[in-house]
Amino acid sequence: MSYYFTILSPTDTPLFNIAFGTSKGGGDGIARFRFPETAQYMNQFIIHSSLDILEEAQWTNGGMYLKHIDTYPPAAAYITAFLTPSGARFLLLHQPPNLPSSTGTGSGLGSSSLLGTAGSTTRASSSSIAANPTSPQTEEAVRQFMNEVYENYVKTAMSPFYKQGMEIKSPVFRTRVTAAGRKWL
Amino acid sequence: MAGPPRHATMQSISNGSTLQSGDRPQAQPSQQQLSQQSPGLRVPSNRKTIYDRHLNRSRNTELSRASFAFLFGEMVTYAQRRVTGIQDLEKRLNEQGYPLGLRLLDLLFYRSTSTSSSALSSSSTSSSPPNRPLRIITLLHLIHGPLWRLLFGRAADALEHSVSPDTPNEYMITDNDPMVNTYISAPRDMSMLNCAAYVAGIIEGVCDGCGFETKVSAHNQPTELWPSRTVFLVRFGDSVMEREKVLERAGIK
Repeated sequence: MSYYFTILSPTDTPLFNIAFGTSKGGGDGIARFRFPETAQYMNQFIIHSSLDILEEAQWTNGGMYLKHIDTYPPAAAYITAFLTPSGARFLLLHQPPNLPSSTGTGSGLGSSSLLGTAGSTTRASSSSIAANPTSPQTEEAVRQFMNEVYENYVKTAMSPFYKQGMEIKSPVFRTRVTAAGRKWL
Repeated sequence: MAGPPRHATMQSISNGSTLQSGDRPQAQPSQQQLSQQSPGLRVPSNRKTIYDRHLNRSRNTELSRASFAFLFGEMVTYAQRRVTGIQDLEKRLNEQGYPLGLRLLDLLFYRSTSTSSSALSSSSTSSSPPNRPLRIITLLHLIHGPLWRLLFGRAADALEHSVSPDTPNEYMITDNDPMVNTYISAPRDMSMLNCAAYVAGIIEGVCDGCGFETKVSAHNQPTELWPSRTVFLVRFGDSVMEREKVLERAGIK
């Protein structure tokens, strides 16, 4: 249901990051992570801790899309990786929605009521890609998403004013990534 | 439109400490307007950013060789103005090529993925995107074939491994007639110079981007048939050779 996407340079500098929610199955595209608002840094912790695994997988699998590489069970966070030939890493953290039984752990009253409505819609579409982070459909959807971001990343990299390792600040790039997320995830 | 208001903004900023804000009533609204309209981005008048353009434009959009020769000649002149010797000049050309190599790598893979999907009908096998090179040989084949075709429209002429047992980390890519040197004639006292050092820089960028630490240099090796024959000497670093052994043991191609 909630996604955190980040691009890291070959030297592990964060170049771009964005959080969004699913837009499939009646989702409104707003990220609702299981951490309280004040602990959103957990996403970055989890996603960066998968870099070690990525660097191992990098030399055993020659594909650009490395699929699901890491799971962090306490937060039910699934990490999918895509590696560009020039070494930039695209990492997507994928957190399925809370099951209705566990919505009580929500941070506040207002947000738990929001979570309740979101939970009811996802129960109706439990086969959706948002709820099944490891299903083949999800892998395919993420692959499409990654490819679309890759296309835009190449366009960024081809700009004469962009040097490898620079933060990607272009608002157009951001809207393009958002649109890709809305389209596929 | 950008000229006058920006000038006014500059003035209002530089005078801000001494003058009261009421002194320049027309400068304030224009500043606000600018920041509201474009937060850090100026879109061209036709509203097309680089993200609206296609990356696959290789056919029918070839560049004129004359303009390339002129541009490259200017690059060499520019580099030459600031150097002390031939080696320094070659190093500068190498550095100019390096970022191009990094970019070409991404572009090359992007183009090969998107063309392989369109060429699906001709090939019976499934069109899986090309793999990132993990081993030295795959990387060198990538440079020798696809990269050379992207740059010069043909494959390089030879790819060799050093025969000497002391230097197993050295590989050679030969181009009989490098396009960059076609319109370059070095003076007699600089006969050692090879401006294909620029291409060597591109190769270095590609290797580095793939995670292969490398030093690449360009050397003149004229033959009677090919007076501007150039050999690119690719020297991989120790870390690459170590990894190569590990990958070979693991049976990864």
